[in-house]
Amino acid sequence: MNNLLLQQTWFFPNVNWSTMWEATLETIYMASISLVLTFVFGILLGLLLFLTDTGNLWENKGIQTVTAAFVNIFRSVPFIILIVLLIPFTTFIVGSFLGPSAALPALIIGASPFYARLVEIALREIDKGVIEAAKSMGASNRQIIFKVLLPESLPALVSGITVTAIALVSFTAMAGVIGAGGLGDLAYRHGFQRSREDVTLMATIIVLVIVFIIQFIGDRLTNKLDKR
Amino acid sequence: MISLTNLVKTYHTRDGQVTAVDSIDLTIDEGEIFGIIGYSGAGKSTLIRLLNMLETPSSGNVMIAGKNMNHLSNKQLRKARQEIGMIFQHFNLLWSRTVKENIAFPLEIKGVPKEEREKRVNELIGLVGLEGRGESYPSQLSGGQKQRVGIARALANNPKVLLCDEATSALDPKTTDSILELLVDINKKLGLTIVLITHEMHVIRKICHRVAVMEEGRIVEQGNVLEVFKKPKELMTKEFVKQVTEPEETEEALKQLFKDNGIGHVLQLTFVGGEAKKPLINTIIKSYDVTVNILQGKISQTQNGPYGSLFISVEGDKDEIDRVQDFIRGQQVEVEVIHGE
Ligand SMILES: Nc1ncnc2c1ncn2[C@@H]1O[C@H](COP(=O)(O)OP(=O)(O)OP(=O)(O)O)[C@@H](O)[C@H]1O
Ligand SMILES: [Mg+2]
Repeated sequence: MNNLLLQQTWFFPNVNWSTMWEATLETIYMASISLVLTFVFGILLGLLLFLTDTGNLWENKGIQTVTAAFVNIFRSVPFIILIVLLIPFTTFIVGSFLGPSAALPALIIGASPFYARLVEIALREIDKGVIEAAKSMGASNRQIIFKVLLPESLPALVSGITVTAIALVSFTAMAGVIGAGGLGDLAYRHGFQRSREDVTLMATIIVLVIVFIIQFIGDRLTNKLDKR
Repeated sequence: MISLTNLVKTYHTRDGQVTAVDSIDLTIDEGEIFGIIGYSGAGKSTLIRLLNMLETPSSGNVMIAGKNMNHLSNKQLRKARQEIGMIFQHFNLLWSRTVKENIAFPLEIKGVPKEEREKRVNELIGLVGLEGRGESYPSQLSGGQKQRVGIARALANNPKVLLCDEATSALDPKTTDSILELLVDINKKLGLTIVLITHEMHVIRKICHRVAVMEEGRIVEQGNVLEVFKKPKELMTKEFVKQVTEPEETEEALKQLFKDNGIGHVLQLTFVGGEAKKPLINTIIKSYDVTVNILQGKISQTQNGPYGSLFISVEGDKDEIDRVQDFIRGQQVEVEVIHGE
């Protein structure tokens, strides 16, 4: 045990393992909370985008245009700029713009439009004939959404949230740069700014491991759900 | 059961107005299998979709089972749709659900309790002959099996009317036959009114009682299937009838025969029902001074009885041949001179 610790210290002399672990937890915290909310908002926005489009259940040009504009704007603003722009909003909601919780509004607002587009694409992939079949059986719009649209697009929704989760992990790293905590923060301030390459390297490795785990779980789940 | 009055559907497209269904009047009786045939773009799908209001009519009325479909509230329309089953060319099954779950889908929509649903699903699986495949997903089924699921699903809520939009067009001939047999079976067992659209005359021949021929949004001819086969009036109808009565090669083969002179008059006789069984040719040979040569013949079965066509060449005196024709007409058999000097 002692030996192992020594070895690690030899490879990563400047790494403080408890700080590293804390940063990892902060990253996981930021990514998972924002992921859950992104999932909810993304599906709502994506459904809205899809349903209000011409020929669909809630066809409405006005709402469609406004939603699409909102999604496009927030999807196009580079994340690092978005965080800065949102500082007043964050301070108002969270009470501070530092720390992991303060990163959440920016993460959610940055990732939801991105996921909403993926949701919209997933819904578009559904065969129009299936929706029509449901209508011909007398299904209400609510039944069509919950019994047809969401279940039929589930594999695509899951693979979309996997991509979004990975994007969120990299967003948390960026958020770290302006003091959100987590592995990005650690890599930048403790590693890069103090020229401790081993700290940066270790933080990167952990980020990569997190990404691989997300991808693995996401792929497995998508395959399991996909009955096509 | 179904009556359409002055039904019109116009689409507004970038290229101007398209009248897909043009002032159609039509009555379909309870318990009958009614076929609508037409080429691509004739407006068949639009017409059948107007029946359950998947398209809203531009004008005119749709009455089904005593309900005026275009005057229903959303809620009433949903209820009315539960009594009208529909099957589709591409089946339109939910791939995320198993066969059983697909069949249970319309029951869920109607709010049938779980236990009852299960019982009904099992009945339906038996009815359409899918025993043992209940837990499969649609992607694991053949086209014919998928359509059986589609039929079971359409029948789940005991509808009064079944609409079939090209239900067999994606299937091979053998599978088509088995699905058609299933439809006839259901029609007889459940007394269900079936409206089916197709571009294949043999589908009409096999299972329909009455047929309407559609062209450019209008119904150009309609009637009892056997009558329409016997005496098609419109050119369009004749073309469709030929699909069934004459193999494509017939015309070419006959042309070839005409070239090799020596062949006299060629007549096409069309028999219907009981007449198909009379010893007509025998009588001709015995009673008239002509020689008769049978070139080709075919008998097919329709829902209203057998239907046959026969191509014969007749040689002899011109007047005698005329008398032969008169005799044949006297036997209620249609005659058409295909070739004659
Ligand atoms: N949603 C629509 N918008 C505009 N035009 C349409 C629409 N649906 C159908 N049409 C037009 O209406 C006409 C009839 O179409 P319909 O689909 O009813 O034909 P069909 O007889 O079913 O043909 P097919 O055998 O190819 O299915 C066509 O000219 C088509 O272009
Ligand atoms: Mg069609």
